[in-house]
Parts: sequence; C-alpha cells; structure tokens
Amino acid sequence: MKGGRGMAKGSQDFKTGVTAALADAALQKALQNVKRGFVVKREAAKAKLPEFDTLREEARAIKDHTLSHLDLYLEAYERKVTESGGEVHYAPGAAEARAIVLKLCKEAGAKLVTKGKSMVSEEIGLNTPLQAAKIEVVETDLGEYIVQLRGERPSHIIAPVIHLTKEAIEADFRRAHQRLPRERRLDQAQYLMAEARTLLREKFLAADVGITGANLLIAETGSSVIVTNEGNGDLTSTLPRMHIVIASIEKIVPTLEDATTILRLLARSATGQEITTYTTFATGPRRDGDADGPAAYHVVLLDNGRSEMLGNEFADMLRCIRCGACLNHCPVYGAIGGHAYGSIYPGPMGAVLTPQLVGIDHARDLPNASSFCGRCEEVCPMDIPLPDMMRAWRERDFARGNPPLSERLLLRLWAYAAKRPGLYHALASTVALYMARRAGARGRLSRLPLLKAWMKARDLPAPQGKTFHKLYARGQRGKRR
Amino acid sequence: MISSPAPSQQGPLVGLFVTCLVDLFRPSIGFAAIKLLEAGGARVEAPRAQTCCGQPAYNSGDRKDAAAIARQVVEIFERFDYVVAPSGSCAGMLRLHYPRLLDDDPEYAERAAALAAKSFELTSFLVGVLGVGQVDAAYAGRVTYHDSCSSLRELHVREAPRRLLASVDGLSLIELGESEVCCGFGGAFSVKHPEISGAILDAKVRDILGTGATTVLAGDLGCLMHIAGRLARERAIVEARHVAEVLAGMTEDPAIAAPRQRR
Repeated sequence: MKGGRGMAKGSQDFKTGVTAALADAALQKALQNVKRGFVVKREAAKAKLPEFDTLREEARAIKDHTLSHLDLYLEAYERKVTESGGEVHYAPGAAEARAIVLKLCKEAGAKLVTKGKSMVSEEIGLNTPLQAAKIEVVETDLGEYIVQLRGERPSHIIAPVIHLTKEAIEADFRRAHQRLPRERRLDQAQYLMAEARTLLREKFLAADVGITGANLLIAETGSSVIVTNEGNGDLTSTLPRMHIVIASIEKIVPTLEDATTILRLLARSATGQEITTYTTFATGPRRDGDADGPAAYHVVLLDNGRSEMLGNEFADMLRCIRCGACLNHCPVYGAIGGHAYGSIYPGPMGAVLTPQLVGIDHARDLPNASSFCGRCEEVCPMDIPLPDMMRAWRERDFARGNPPLSERLLLRLWAYAAKRPGLYHALASTVALYMARRAGARGRLSRLPLLKAWMKARDLPAPQGKTFHKLYARGQRGKRR
Repeated sequence: MISSPAPSQQGPLVGLFVTCLVDLFRPSIGFAAIKLLEAGGARVEAPRAQTCCGQPAYNSGDRKDAAAIARQVVEIFERFDYVVAPSGSCAGMLRLHYPRLLDDDPEYAERAAALAAKSFELTSFLVGVLGVGQVDAAYAGRVTYHDSCSSLRELHVREAPRRLLASVDGLSLIELGESEVCCGFGGAFSVKHPEISGAILDAKVRDILGTGATTVLAGDLGCLMHIAGRLARERAIVEARHVAEVLAGMTEDPAIAAPRQRR
C-alpha cells in the first residue's frame, strides 16, 4: 500500500471490512446516532435559514474563484503570514509534510506535542514519525483522544468515534486510566468528558508544540481558522511555545467576509449548529504586548495531489469544506460505517478524494460502492457533484481494466446485444421465458447461477412470461377493461 | 375525466421508452403506461428498435458503449413529440446524462440535448404536460409510495404520482418515515455489493412494514423488484406494484414476486 498510513486498501480488504461491519452489532447500534445526531439537526438548521441556498451559491462561487487563482491567493496568504511574523512551508506530499513538522518539533526541543483535530494530519499519518522521535503526541479532541487510546483511526471526518457506543468508551477509559478510582461514574457523556478534560489539562500546560488543522486560511489577513466545540483547539494553539498549522492548499479563501459565508454553511451542514461553540482565528505568533499566544507560528501547506485535481475532472472536489454531510446522508456509510472504507476519508467525499491520494488501483471499491442515490450531492453545502465524480473514477477504473474479468465480459456481452435490437429481443424473450418457467407458479426465484450473492438477501421476482415487445408486436395490448 | 381510452388523432405523439426491466419482467406496466397516456390524449408508439437506456454501461465506467447506446436511442426517439418512460431512472438518464455523454460528439450533441428536453417520467408527464389531474381507477387499500432516487433528486418528481393516486377510489396513502432514503438497488450496485445493498434494503423494508400499508407502489421497476424480492423472502403480506398499474386500473396480474394463479 502506498501513500499515507491507513489509506485505502485492496478489494479483498474492503469486502472483509464490509462483512465485519454489517455483523458488528455494536457498530450497527452506534450508526443509528448518525441519523439522530446529524440528519435531523441539519434539516432543522437549514429550515431556519431561508437564505441557505443563496449562501450555497455564494460559497460555491467564492471557492471556484479562489481555485482558479489559487497560486495568487497562496502567495498573498504567505505574504500576510510572513508579515505577521509566521512562516509558511510548502509540502508537495505526505512525506515532506511529515519531515517539515518533525524538523520544527525538534528545533523547538519538543518532548510533548498536543494536537487539535486535523484530518490532514490523519491523511499524512503524522503521529507515527513524531512518536518514533520519542516525542509524546496527545490528541486533545475528545473523539480523537478516544481513537488514540484505542489505537484506531477516526471513522468519520467530524465525529471520529461515531462507530462507538458510550459503553465501549467507558470500558476504554477504565482500561487506560487505571490510576483513577474504580468506583467513579462514567456512564454518561458528561462524566467521560470531565475525566478527559482533567487529564488533558496537564498536557495542555506542559506541551511544547501545539499542532492544529485549519478549516479555512484567509489570504487577506494571513489567518488560519478552526471551528471546534470543545475549546481544545484554542488551548492547543495558544499555550505551547510553537503553533504549527497543517492544512491542505484548497482551504484558502480570499477575505474574512468570504470565510464568514462559508462558516455559516459549515456548522449547519455538519452538526446542525448555527455556529460552533468556538470559531478561532489565529494570525501569527504572539506580538509584543499580547497576553498570550505562541512564540513561533508555522503553517505547513500540503499539496498531496490537490494541484493535479485543479486540472482534472475532480476539480470540484477541492471546494469540499469537510462538513461530513455527505457521510451522514449516505446509505452506504450508514450501513457500514467509516472503517470499512479503509481510508480516513470515507463516504462519498472519501470515495472521490481517496483514489486521487492513493491511486484508483488501490481504492477502486470506494467509488464503485455507491447506488448513486444522489443524496450526498443534494446535501452538499458546496454543491459538489459527488456521484458524477464517482462515475468518473469508475471510467478511469474501467479504462485500466480493473473490474473483474467476469464483470467485464458480462458487460461486453450485454452491450453487444443492446446495440443490436433484433438479437437483444430474441435473447430477452428467451431469458424471460426461461426465468418464468423456472419460477413456475411461485412467481419468484430464490436461486439463479449468476445472481447467487443477490439471492442471499432477496428473491428475484419472476418475469410475467412474454416480453413487452413480443406482446406489443402481436397487438395484444394487455388486458384492458 | 378519462373514461374513453380512444386515442386522439391530434394529440402529441409519444414514444414510449419501455425500459429493459419492464420489457423483460413486467410488460403489464408498459401497457398500463400506454393506457394512461392515451387516456390523457396522447398518441403512443413503442418502437421495437429500442433496447435499454445504457445505464449498466454508463454506471460501470464503460462510457464508450453507453455513448453508442445513447446515440441509438436518440436516433430511434427523436422523431417523437415526447419520450416517456415508466421510470425516473431511465428518464433521468435521457434527460440529464445523454447531453453530457454526447456533448463532445458534433453529430449528436444538439440532438441529445433536444431529446433530453422532451423526455419525461410517466407520472410527471401525465400531470405536467398532458394536464391530467385525476384518473378513473379504483384500488382498495392502504398503500405507501416509494420515491426512486432518480425521480426524486434528478427529476424532482414528488407531487405528480401522489396527486394522481389521490384520485384513485378507495386508496389511502400512508407516507414512509424516510421517503428520501434509497432502497439500495442502484442497478448493478445490488449485484456488485449485495451485502451493503441488502442492509440498505432491510431498513427500507422495515420502514414499509412500519406504515401498516398492504401495498407498496413506486414509479421504478428496479426499486420495486428489489423491495418485492425482499418482502417475498420475508413472506411479508405486502404487495408491490408499479404506480402505473394502479392508476390505469390494471391490477389483475399478480403483484411483483407474488404467486401466479393457476389457470
């Protein structure tokens, strides 16, 4: 497997992951929370904002404009960061980004690094090299903290532990925090939160370097923006001596005004909040006279395939603001959860982004595992045509000869016939008659050679007997009253 | 209104896009569609040269075959005033995807766009173009309606089938809890990823059974075969039928996946 750690796996792994996910009763129970927690709340938040669709158009236009002048805005952003006393580092790929962050941490003499939630950090597998250099890395977002305790990866881009029940998390805390009294209560989210907060406080105070992601980068001011609900991002970015922001290049927007347009869509689409509890703008290191803030401020800008997307059929994907609405409304994600995708970007957005990061040969199941129901595109606040782009990946996949031979052969045969109406109708008549006879009076089939897997969960309704075209040609216009 | 199904001499000429599933599995839907269209004042022909809209190729990444089939459909159907399919999925393919599929083909790009503009899903055509407000049919029972994803999200068809069903004598409609959610069919998706598809289907069937309806209707045979196949496997006593059968009063044939009467 190439690319970052934990990125997409092969087909067999996907199928194994799906089977395991569907059989996992605890996961299935946890996934019910997606609907209650996200779908219903988003709908309510959208309903309360009549200008939602107008905002969506504006946000789309902002991003399209920015992406078509990305080089200019990146340069402007870098100038502003430098002016404010910070430093921008460009990382073409995951390895370079890891190396830059490691070097900065070493220069800062870091022994302890705290981290805010960052999907880019997950994308590049940042923790491993830091830990290998004997630096303690602590995730401070509650979900990420739990994921780290479990040695897992997040299963959702905004809700890392949506795959877990409260009971599972309680068990993890009891296992990991053995110096705390046994009889303490942990049966409610608030107790879990309080315990994590207490333990994390000492880490916040002792950390040498704080690493956060960025929801937005603003060219006008050189600011990075994070939205959180726990406040951990603020403590991560302001308390340590050095703040490192790690973000991908498409996060940039021209102005503060543009940022607010997108922020109005982001929280509503993600959690159904009007605005997140904290929206934090970080601009450069501490200035003379500032009460707090880091002594050093660095931004690592990751490309990792994005600039290639600017010029290909996946450019629209660069508008993505990582709200997670497409995951929350995806029936496939809802059935299997995030881990089965084998990529830290699951669901529809992951099915488009992951093949770009690791190559379609290593992620072909992701864009193929969709019924094209289109709900992802409907709820996407940035109006990204996700199904069309999944289809575009299927086209590349097909052109590379990746689908199994049996599948390609069947398709070839079917297409051959579909282009020859005479042959097609003869075949259709034969197949219809064969299946109708085989089903007999039962009216349905429970076993058919080519449809074994389909038959596991459902029967196949039998054809009525003669095809439409056969009956139509004979002038037998049904049994009209 | 529509009591006499005599075809009008002046009405618009509609090419019935039968769909490959209706052709193969359930011709009665095609005949129900013809009856409804004629009752609405259209003249209808179902050209024999048609086969399929090409989605199996298109959605498998085989753009070349999909485009070849699209060109064939354009050639067959461009002579009609309208093209109507008893399926949101196939109508969506003609209406939205053909123009994209053929937009770099100098000979076909404009023709595909012209075809797209006159292609419709059956119920929305009846209501929106022919101006049919009610039907002359009776169906006793509590029914629920499954919106296919392509009808709902590609063609924005939601009201038309409900409006027509409201005029069916004896029929009461109970909405699903989650009518926006996919049934998990997705054509080849249900064959390539049967487990995932089955899990999505399971939730849909729970929703259907939860309504207490005795019949589930839809405007797409693909979804219906998927849903009926699972209902039959569970021995649930819920009939599955295409909405056109009920609207046309043509429900003598056994429901989808139901046993045949011995003759």
